[in-house]
Amino acid sequence: MAAYILRRLLWTVLLLLVITAVTFLIFYVLPSGDPAVRRAGRAPSPETIAAIRHSLGLDKSLPVQYWDYIKKLVLHFDFGQSYVNDQPVRQQMFDRLPNTMFLVGGAAVLWFTIGVTVGIVSAVARGSFWDRFLMGAALIAISAPVYWLGLVCLYLFSDDIGQWKIFPGAGSYQDAHGFFDKAWTLVMPWFVLAAAFSAIYARLLRSNLLETMSEDYIRTARAKGLPERRVIFRHGVRSAITPVITVLGLDIGILMGGAILTETVFNIDGIGRLSYDAIQRGDLSTIQGTTLLLALAVALSSLIVDIMYAFLDPRVRY
Amino acid sequence: MSEPLLQVEDLRVHFDTEDGLVKAVDGVSYTVGAGQALGIVGESGSGKSVSSMTVMGLTRASNAHISGRVVFDGKDLLAATDEEMRAIRGGQIAMIFQDPLSSLHPFYKIGDQLIEARRVHHHEESKAQARDRAIEMLSLVGIPDPRSRVDSYPHEFSGGMRQRVMTAMALINDPKLLIADEPTTALDVTVQAQILDLIMKLQHELDTAVVMITHDLGVVAEVAEEIAVMYAGRIVEKGLADTIFAEPEHPYTWGLLNSIPRLDTPRDQELVPIPGRPPSLITRPPGCSFAPRCPYVRESHRRIDPVLADAEGPGHLVACLLPKPTRRALWSKLRDGVQPEEAKQAVGIPETLSASAPEQEVKA
Amino acid sequence: MSATPDTLLQVRGLYKHFPIRAGLLQRQVGAVKAVDGVDFDVYRGETLGLVGESGCGKSTTARLVTRLLDPTAGTISWEGNDIANLSRSELKPLRREMQMIFQDPYSSLNPRKTVGTIIGEPFIIHGVEPDEGKRKKRVQELMEQVGLNPEHYNRLPHQFSGGQRQRIGVARAIALKPKLIVADEPVSALDVSIQAQILNLLRDLQRELGLTIIFIAHDLSVVRHTCDRVAVMYLGRIVEMAPSDLLYGHPRHPYTGALLSAVPVPDPRLARNKTRQVLTGDVPSPTNPPNACRFHTRCPKFVQGTCDVVDPPLEPKEGGNVAACHFPLSDEEIASRVPTAAA
Repeated sequence: MAAYILRRLLWTVLLLLVITAVTFLIFYVLPSGDPAVRRAGRAPSPETIAAIRHSLGLDKSLPVQYWDYIKKLVLHFDFGQSYVNDQPVRQQMFDRLPNTMFLVGGAAVLWFTIGVTVGIVSAVARGSFWDRFLMGAALIAISAPVYWLGLVCLYLFSDDIGQWKIFPGAGSYQDAHGFFDKAWTLVMPWFVLAAAFSAIYARLLRSNLLETMSEDYIRTARAKGLPERRVIFRHGVRSAITPVITVLGLDIGILMGGAILTETVFNIDGIGRLSYDAIQRGDLSTIQGTTLLLALAVALSSLIVDIMYAFLDPRVRY
Repeated sequence: MSEPLLQVEDLRVHFDTEDGLVKAVDGVSYTVGAGQALGIVGESGSGKSVSSMTVMGLTRASNAHISGRVVFDGKDLLAATDEEMRAIRGGQIAMIFQDPLSSLHPFYKIGDQLIEARRVHHHEESKAQARDRAIEMLSLVGIPDPRSRVDSYPHEFSGGMRQRVMTAMALINDPKLLIADEPTTALDVTVQAQILDLIMKLQHELDTAVVMITHDLGVVAEVAEEIAVMYAGRIVEKGLADTIFAEPEHPYTWGLLNSIPRLDTPRDQELVPIPGRPPSLITRPPGCSFAPRCPYVRESHRRIDPVLADAEGPGHLVACLLPKPTRRALWSKLRDGVQPEEAKQAVGIPETLSASAPEQEVKA
Repeated sequence: MSATPDTLLQVRGLYKHFPIRAGLLQRQVGAVKAVDGVDFDVYRGETLGLVGESGCGKSTTARLVTRLLDPTAGTISWEGNDIANLSRSELKPLRREMQMIFQDPYSSLNPRKTVGTIIGEPFIIHGVEPDEGKRKKRVQELMEQVGLNPEHYNRLPHQFSGGQRQRIGVARAIALKPKLIVADEPVSALDVSIQAQILNLLRDLQRELGLTIIFIAHDLSVVRHTCDRVAVMYLGRIVEMAPSDLLYGHPRHPYTGALLSAVPVPDPRLARNKTRQVLTGDVPSPTNPPNACRFHTRCPKFVQGTCDVVDPPLEPKEGGNVAACHFPLSDEEIASRVPTAAA
């Protein structure tokens, strides 16, 4: 197992290096405007632009820029400065990371609980009215775009502009202080972010559980005289949930790179907002930083998920 | 003469499916005495598995129509509540299945699965007591080093060992009846011999009645004292093992015996296949269900549905419309290697019917 | 041993080791010795049986002979030419001459192709009969030959029963009139009443087409009935080889004796009277086979110092069987343990 983890970590490092190179290339290949020009403001003179270019290090050749970047990153864990406001990228990311984690963490708890419950109910009551109703609702939840759902929620429930003034509106997360106040402002974003995922997980668990319940060991469990509830949960769900847990790990990993749509609609200052703004403004340093963060989150979460699999399924051995 | 342990009377199990009403079991009756071994022989679609699953109460689904009586130890199981059945299942009646790898939960240690089987029927026992019992059972079925192997996972055992574990799990509550559904089909022949020996040893040591379900006539010859041959959801022949193998009286049984290669007959003896294929359980033709494949069929056999009636040996019943003397004459020819066509010519099949024809003809 | 014109296939020193990799750099740490030194000949027109239990290497041997797998070492001489190391393109013309029939009729046919297409594919692949109409005619003739209704040309596999599907597999195999058919457990997945139909079909086709058949099975009764000669395999090696009458009449290798003793015979009196020789324990892992004689860990005739030190060669024993054993079974031992032997 230790050799396996070591190997995976080495591959992850390699992966991250490749990603930095690819991001670099993409930024320069795709037209997004000259960052120096943008930084320079209105009607800049050629000298101003050249000065800015020099200060940003953009006048050096591409390989040299890349090498400088890698050196700073590896030796000093320095992600450089934002092209837009000269703020250290690392600081900006780490300031915002807890917000994204709070948002994603809460949503994950919510979607996992709802998804698994609905999945079990649907599978056990297969073909019944409830099953069809729940799966129909799931289909709607998957189809509704996050930003649409978010805007509808704000329109209906937000306490500043909504019809029924229940929940705090957009931007309230910044103003809240303390764990519970902040959590209260996140209730709507949690539901909005969790909606599609709950539906997907419900459908996934339902189909896994249906398949599992037709396995031979379920027949054995019943033949032993076990109560049906125990057969469903300890024998059926226990098997069916393993792939769902691994998907959960991966989804959380991906969202750590920023739940862009939700953060934008609800005006939450997370990694998603940061990368969105950076892309809009051609801020390569920040883009580079958030991309790497996303890649790291995904690589780590996939490693964690694979290791967890070995604990969940004793047949898996590394 | 004491009451038999298990008495199945006119059991019918019909399923509603998209393709129609599947008559999986269509009027099956048999008995099993305490400590005895009954063999049920049949191929796919004969209803052998469904009838045993019904005895265990495992076919109580919304689309199943079950009728008849299943009396176990004086209690009618079909009339029992789900809760009563659950208490009997795994406790007084236990079952082992065909594929031991897929029949054990892959994520739990076998010790935990054995303990679970014990404690659901013995709430009063502590975990430690149940664990001791589990180790005792593993030792009884011949698992080496049971104290440490009780913490192993199913995939860490070989096929034969897994089937032993299944057997230990089935017997952990001292059931009065063990139903074994094709327990050795998925195993190598030397392992099969070990498992059959184990089952027979336990039958005698623990005085457990055994119902052995299989398609393998060799297996049933080793294990069973009494045999029932099933075809298309019915029992077509029933009797003592010696009688069934020496003096069978149903054309299907003849077909089975003569179509399998055996080690004890001459090598060059022709295999005589049963023509056609296993019947559909949805569209049963009127009359004898074996008629489409029977070399000795007469016109009237396609109209009249035979019932089980007396054959020659003690306790020997057969459901065939051929007269008894005709059947015996045919078998003595077939047994010597004569082909069915030739035997038919030599013996001649009369139009008269045997005692298996019910009083009223079934309308076509 | 030189090849005579009657020898279709000669296998010498055949090995197949599947590597096991572990560790940081995925180095090879061991191997599954599936086939571990096998020699045999196949004569024209005969049916040779390969029997053994799971893990003995019989299926792997079959795939090596038909070059579906690459051997780790050894020679496979087909009509005098070594085909062990030929490339795929060099092997293609040979594929017309040797074909396989597989065990599971439910998974060995492509469910999306019609029966006509499945049986007709060999013609297309080898460029025989490009004319579609004539090809259809030949396919329908094949269907009749194996006992299928030619009008079902356009049906899909799931519309046929298990026995019929196996017939489709047979038709596909004999389409180009091969010289050799390797049948890997062709009847194991079929109902008992259907098995005889397929076995008789194979026998009839062998006569009609002059086929040579390598028949792989674990069911010893089936093998006795269909095969002229039988080779018994254990842990990747042949432990005994003999014509069927000799092998079943007086098996010399203790493993063969145990196999025959274990087969349940459909006769209750025989079952009661025999003293069965039950092997203890499990088959050892092919990654770590025992030293010298592979069978010595379970052998009732094991003699320490000999069986675990000196590898017994495969050589003729009393009665004509070829066996690899230092202490082959005597006639008395056979009589008491194998009730069906006619020693």
